[in-house]
Amino acid sequence: MDWHLIIAAAIKIVVFVFFVTLPLVAMSVWAERRVSAAIQDRVGPNRVGPFGLLQAVADGIKFLLKEDFTPAHVRKFYFWLAPALTMVPALLTCAVLPFGSRLFGEKMVIADLDVGPLYVFAIASLTVYGIVLAGWASNSKYPFLGGVRSTSQMISYEICMGLSIVPLVMIYGDLNLGRIVHEQAQNGWALLPLWGEGLSPKGFLLALPIFVSFVIFTTSMFAETNRLPFDLPECETELVAGYHTEYSSMKFALFFLGEYAAMIIGSGLCVTLFLGGWSLPFGWLAPATIDAEVPFWHGLIHLGAFFAKVIVFILFFIVVRWTLPRFRYDQLMRLGWVFFFEIALANVVLTAILLWVLK
Amino acid sequence: MAIIVQRPKLKWWEQLYLPSLFIGMKVTLGHFIATLTRKSKVTMQYPEEKWDANLPDHYRGAPALVTDEHGRERCVACQLCEFICPPRAITIKPEEIPSDDKWAKVEKRPRAFEIDMIRCIYCGLCEEVCPEQAIYLRKDYAITGTSRAEMVHDKERLYEIGGVRTGLVNKWNELK
Repeated sequence: MDWHLIIAAAIKIVVFVFFVTLPLVAMSVWAERRVSAAIQDRVGPNRVGPFGLLQAVADGIKFLLKEDFTPAHVRKFYFWLAPALTMVPALLTCAVLPFGSRLFGEKMVIADLDVGPLYVFAIASLTVYGIVLAGWASNSKYPFLGGVRSTSQMISYEICMGLSIVPLVMIYGDLNLGRIVHEQAQNGWALLPLWGEGLSPKGFLLALPIFVSFVIFTTSMFAETNRLPFDLPECETELVAGYHTEYSSMKFALFFLGEYAAMIIGSGLCVTLFLGGWSLPFGWLAPATIDAEVPFWHGLIHLGAFFAKVIVFILFFIVVRWTLPRFRYDQLMRLGWVFFFEIALANVVLTAILLWVLK
Repeated sequence: MAIIVQRPKLKWWEQLYLPSLFIGMKVTLGHFIATLTRKSKVTMQYPEEKWDANLPDHYRGAPALVTDEHGRERCVACQLCEFICPPRAITIKPEEIPSDDKWAKVEKRPRAFEIDMIRCIYCGLCEEVCPEQAIYLRKDYAITGTSRAEMVHDKERLYEIGGVRTGLVNKWNELK
């Protein structure tokens, strides 16, 4: 057994998941409320701590102290299992995200898998089970209908999401997220090929399918995380609160946190795939090879760059939520199955042709 | 009569949905920035900032009893306010003024005068009906308490809120 590796992985898991992602979840709830307030000319939570920053802590304490009520008519085992099943996959997907280059000679990724995006999709699709079980185990009609709705939505958009990154994988010829980021650091981000080998007719031509991928991927991400304009599972007038109608206290909070955690991990994945992950623009401070040593402060800057990009992306999520009206259910399904599915397929073919022509 | 609303014919780029996303984001981000730079300030931070200085003269806050310029309580315990009070918030226990009192010729005064502020609806009928101009609605609005008993204003508290009013006929004016 190589204890050194295990201890390093454990430290990365604890720091990245519990000291970065979970606080980021709490902060994004706060940001959501403050930003939405500002958009609507309100103030938002500003009482707890400076600028209301400790609001998340207060909310957490409130959730823990509230009565955890399990209705008599639910199927207890699945009712208890469902909230965990929505939260855990969201956190598990952190494992393959490269959130920095290197610190102390360690790769800043928990598991340097060669099948990064596949792992993410495999785990993220488990979230559906949480929602199905929550809707079914609640044994009540609104959660059931909400669960069914949410499930069909997530399954539909998972296909588009998976297909949308195929062109990217074809272009990089690699499924290792670390190497994809390294490639982008050297030769231009997928969306902005403005330096290195990307700065060529080939790079610009390939940016077209990548842009289409980006739009489909981001939109599908909105649908996957059940956020507006695709927040069909929750609908006060039709479904009360959808699949978590019967939940209270920390179990409800887990659904809530799972949604935000999925949003953060989704943003992280999107940043990694399309916006160069931890790399700085124009190849600044980029390590020469993937195994090259990185000075300590470069590593810190890379960490900062990744989280800055993720935070900007989360803000984008939030602003979109408070900008767009929601889709009707049939429009949602039409968009997913009639448009995105076909466009994503055509995009794969287009990329293949472009790669063949530009070989 | 049925009116058929013509749906606008959308151009192909309008049907893409993305342009409207950016138009919408222009609006929301505009509000966001305006709020951040304090250009649009709508919300008042209530306990710190108050609107008290701008309350209009006809504001109807908590009802209170007043004394006149001689320190005499104006209320003569006629109980008209008690009878007219729609939610029956007022309870008066009248008593006779003893003959050796300075104001013996007034004959009657309230022994106890209680207004239940949980019941009070701030309608102002007590003020309107009072023939002695002894009860007024003041500008106090933040009436709070931690128990029901605390929310009942007794005579002492009512005079404390009301204070002194001078003059003969000043019923329709604010603190003449």
